[in-house]
Amino acid sequence: MCGIVGLFLKDQSLAPQLGNMLTDMLITMTDRGPDSAGIAIYGAERDGKTKITVQSPTPETDFVGLADELGKSLGAMVGQTDNDTHTVLEVPAGQFEAARTALAEIRPSVRIMSRGDSLEIYKEVGLPKDVADRFNLSGMSGTHGIGHTRMATESAVTTMGAHPFNTGSDQCLVHNGSLSNHNSLRRKLRREGVVIQTENDTEVGAAYLTWKMMNGATLGEALETSIDDLDGFFTFVVGTKDGFGVVRDPIACKPAVMAETDQYVAFGSEYRALVNLPGIEDARVWEPEPSTVYFWSHTNSPTTHEKAA
Amino acid sequence: MQTYDLEADGLRGLNSSLQAQNAETNQTSWEIVNPKGSHAIAVGLDAPIEVTVKGSTGYYCAGMNQQATIKVEGSVGPGVAENMMSGQVIVDGDASQYAGATGHGGLLVIKGNASSRCGISMKGIDIVVHGNIGHMSAFMAQAGNLVVCGDAGDALGDSLYEARLFVRGSVKSLGADCIEKEMRPEHLNILKDLLDRAGSDAKPEEFKRYGSARQLYNFDIDNSAAY
Repeated sequence: MCGIVGLFLKDQSLAPQLGNMLTDMLITMTDRGPDSAGIAIYGAERDGKTKITVQSPTPETDFVGLADELGKSLGAMVGQTDNDTHTVLEVPAGQFEAARTALAEIRPSVRIMSRGDSLEIYKEVGLPKDVADRFNLSGMSGTHGIGHTRMATESAVTTMGAHPFNTGSDQCLVHNGSLSNHNSLRRKLRREGVVIQTENDTEVGAAYLTWKMMNGATLGEALETSIDDLDGFFTFVVGTKDGFGVVRDPIACKPAVMAETDQYVAFGSEYRALVNLPGIEDARVWEPEPSTVYFWSHTNSPTTHEKAA
Repeated sequence: MQTYDLEADGLRGLNSSLQAQNAETNQTSWEIVNPKGSHAIAVGLDAPIEVTVKGSTGYYCAGMNQQATIKVEGSVGPGVAENMMSGQVIVDGDASQYAGATGHGGLLVIKGNASSRCGISMKGIDIVVHGNIGHMSAFMAQAGNLVVCGDAGDALGDSLYEARLFVRGSVKSLGADCIEKEMRPEHLNILKDLLDRAGSDAKPEEFKRYGSARQLYNFDIDNSAAY
């Protein structure tokens, strides 16, 4: 199973309530995924800074003095905002690779959850309500966000196996379904030099998209080729700095419902997740078609592209 | 009229109250408010009562229905009227995947669109969809009638047995062993009756009939590529 929720705001006056609305949607999807939960939220960005969200199993020791030590390694000021087992480090733009190398040395046990100008990813093992509470997800604001509740089938229940997965700067992916060719694809991607940290199938899906985009594909193109290259069942929701997209495999047995009003575009694995959104009674509600890439962006008009079967 | 607030009073109470009705009941008309996309609303009924759901539902609404008339003033999630035996289920909005799956009897009317696998393995149910249906509909359908006033998606009627399929619009592709068949007067009569009962003003003459080519009934090595 697994549950997915997503909310993309057209009306930015709702931005302070994004976390609150998304948390309500996420907790409603507990039945579909009670073992882990996570959220990717696109919030405020600061000029010239890249945000790196990291997680530690021992934050009480790992996070002490982390910004100072990382700053010394990079020769720059680094910001640090702790939030339970996660902390958001702000490093100068362009220094992500140097920061990743430095972190591996000074704090070998921290894991990188996400990087980007505005993206932060928070995820942990546990009931969605407990995960939401520990990070105070309902208090977060942003322009759009994606959440996931996990019922694991393909790999272990761990923080690193929880969704969303970061696929590239400001990009993330959540997945409902199971990929059946992830082992062979993981070997292939590793040979191509793509870093894959776990035995999780969705991480391979995320790494696949990253690899395609590293080789010049747009996100839309990468999603289209994923329909041919990934074997298995999937409903994917992806986030980018200024938008979010949805694609389902040709069989489309993993559920998906979308709703659109003048104020937002919302995604839910089930309609239940959407019922408390403002104006849902009058929203356009529909089921996304199989093998079709949908995309909404703050900078462009919505696009839908049906892939020829 | 009995009114039941699903949000306040819970699903178990609803289904046990509805299932407790019988042919002699005086409580023949029920209204369910605040469904809020909940699953398994009004399942397993077996009495000639009328139930109206005021809003959209989740999975398996009106499953295993016998005798009752269930109307949904909204859209329904996957598996509406699954394994219906008799009675009627009417959906004002759209239906998600496998609407009317394995139904043995009764009438399912969807006034909007139905998505994939509509009428999968139907065994005698009649289904009328005012809009379009998705891919793999009527897969292994054995008996009954599927009427589509709009278009049908890919692989309609794959591995079909003796269900009749009537489509007014286009069919994206036919599944294995499903072919277009001649529309004879008896088919027009069946279609007219179903359209009337489903409240559609579509004309029977505008439809095409599809059915089984009966080549896959028994295993034949020459057909191995088609199984």
